[in-house]
Amino acid sequence: MNLEEYKGVYVFAQQVDNEISSIAFELLGKAKQLAGDLKEEVTAVLLGSGIKNLADQLAEYGADKVIVVDDPELKDYRTEPYAHALAEVINKYKPEIMLVGATAIGRDLGPTVSARVATGLTADCTQLDIGDFPLTPVPGKEAEQKHNQLLMTRPAFGGNTIATIACPNNRPQMATVRPGVMQKIEPVKGAKAVIEEFNPGFTPNNRYVTIKDVVKAVTDTVDIMDAKILVSGGRGVGTPENFKILEDLAAVLGGTVSCSRAVVDAGWKPKDLQVGQTGKTVRPHVYFAIGISGAIQHVAGMEESDIIVAINKDEDAPIFDVADYGIVGDLNKIVPQLTESLKAAIAAK
Amino acid sequence: MKIIVCIKQVPDTKGGVKFNPDGTLDRGAMLAIMNPDDKAGLEAALRLKDQYGAEVTVLTMGLPKAADVLREAIAMGADKGILVTDRVLGGADTWATSTTIAGAIRNLEYDLIITGRQAIDGDTAQVGPQIAEHLGIPVISYAQAITVDGNKVTVQRQYDDRYHILEAQMPCLITALSELNEPRYMTPGGIFDACAAEITTWGRADLKDVDDSNIGLAGSPTKIAKASDKVRKGAGEKVVPDSPEDAVSYIVGKLQEKHVI
Repeated sequence: MNLEEYKGVYVFAQQVDNEISSIAFELLGKAKQLAGDLKEEVTAVLLGSGIKNLADQLAEYGADKVIVVDDPELKDYRTEPYAHALAEVINKYKPEIMLVGATAIGRDLGPTVSARVATGLTADCTQLDIGDFPLTPVPGKEAEQKHNQLLMTRPAFGGNTIATIACPNNRPQMATVRPGVMQKIEPVKGAKAVIEEFNPGFTPNNRYVTIKDVVKAVTDTVDIMDAKILVSGGRGVGTPENFKILEDLAAVLGGTVSCSRAVVDAGWKPKDLQVGQTGKTVRPHVYFAIGISGAIQHVAGMEESDIIVAINKDEDAPIFDVADYGIVGDLNKIVPQLTESLKAAIAAK
Repeated sequence: MKIIVCIKQVPDTKGGVKFNPDGTLDRGAMLAIMNPDDKAGLEAALRLKDQYGAEVTVLTMGLPKAADVLREAIAMGADKGILVTDRVLGGADTWATSTTIAGAIRNLEYDLIITGRQAIDGDTAQVGPQIAEHLGIPVISYAQAITVDGNKVTVQRQYDDRYHILEAQMPCLITALSELNEPRYMTPGGIFDACAAEITTWGRADLKDVDDSNIGLAGSPTKIAKASDKVRKGAGEKVVPDSPEDAVSYIVGKLQEKHVI
């Protein structure tokens, strides 16, 4: 593998139902920074069916070039045709860096493609930088230190440790990136990218699975990742019906209800409201943790919130270790009164 | 039907993570358990065995003590355990781990391979799909439900806002979510069997079609540049109010102070 042949920062521009996912814009924002450091270009890879018209949006969010693979086989996400398409793009265009969102799609596509093109993949990154590997040269082996490497930082062990990882001897350097962490740029209206169409050809084989049905969750709620105020409940709320008191509190503050994994596992709330390592990463202005013990996997998904208010009857609950304001007490008594009191305070203004 | 379930022994993070006085993670004080998603995968395999009849082989890669989780799996109802362990396999990243496990699986017959979606120590979710890639079989990640009909498997595959019903030809690899099911307990008879069961142990020499350049620390494309314990934002205030009224006025006061209301 001649590493020098690999140039440019590439982003997998995820789309679902021909709508570009937010993560694609977040990745472009980060890719632009990295490409600036490397003095290279940002390329978005757009895979789907009937998706050419989406390329301009990617340009507005920072793509210099968009490679479009438009084929009926790519209508809905399936591992094989998507992995084939992305692997062939990598083989043909030889990117130095390939970023993929750590979504339910990207965490399937990324590993499959990295194994196919025989390179490393770092999962669920929360920070990406260009730097040296090793970070400091080994005495006597200064010449062996590699420069302009992608340094990929990620939490492990449910967020208890962080590791910075490099991929010095293989290309592309691949990472999946956690949604909600990287910043999009302010879109530049009317920006244009170089559009390149490419089709590697698709021949169904044993690895093509059949989609028998697509069942969309019926939801009219705000995405919890966009909420400014989250009122989040855990198993301590007691029953699914008792979430009413959290909904009332959220309504007064113009917030949204979210929950812990235990609540999803118990079937009280749908998966898309789950905060944490296996749910969503949120950073609202205010996060109320109500009846949530604060397992590290949960904390990993909410600790970047500006203000954390925790209410729990167990005074040793680990949630108090990250809360700005921790209240030891009975949520059933406190939450309804808090709602009434806030209602009065807001009305008095 | 022959099913292989890949499982991993991981430190338990549930019910309290233990820290050393300096704030670092005290791994020694934490119990080693079967990874939860893997256990759900095992349960799914055992249900297929109950329903259709199957031979369930559990396979793990790790230190010799990882045989414990194989015995636990046998006590739950698995038929055979295979431990892949060798000094030269240590320090593997997901690429080197998946090439190793694929090399072990090439010695076996199978219709279905089930892995957990991800392990609670690394949280990568990469090894399952990478094993499928090395073996050239279809992968279905994030399974919420699994049914088998002849040589086809039907899986409910979870996404953020939807699920797909997917049908694949076997052999096929499926990664299981822990919400797939509630794993059964070990049975007294099973525990008896597990104590008596012989665990097959394989080393480097037993891996089929695996190059030395693809195993262990040296065969891992990703290299750790730095690892550290996460610096957490410290705890803020904690109050134990005398009454709900006091609690409410405390919270309202803080929200006003911070201009939330």
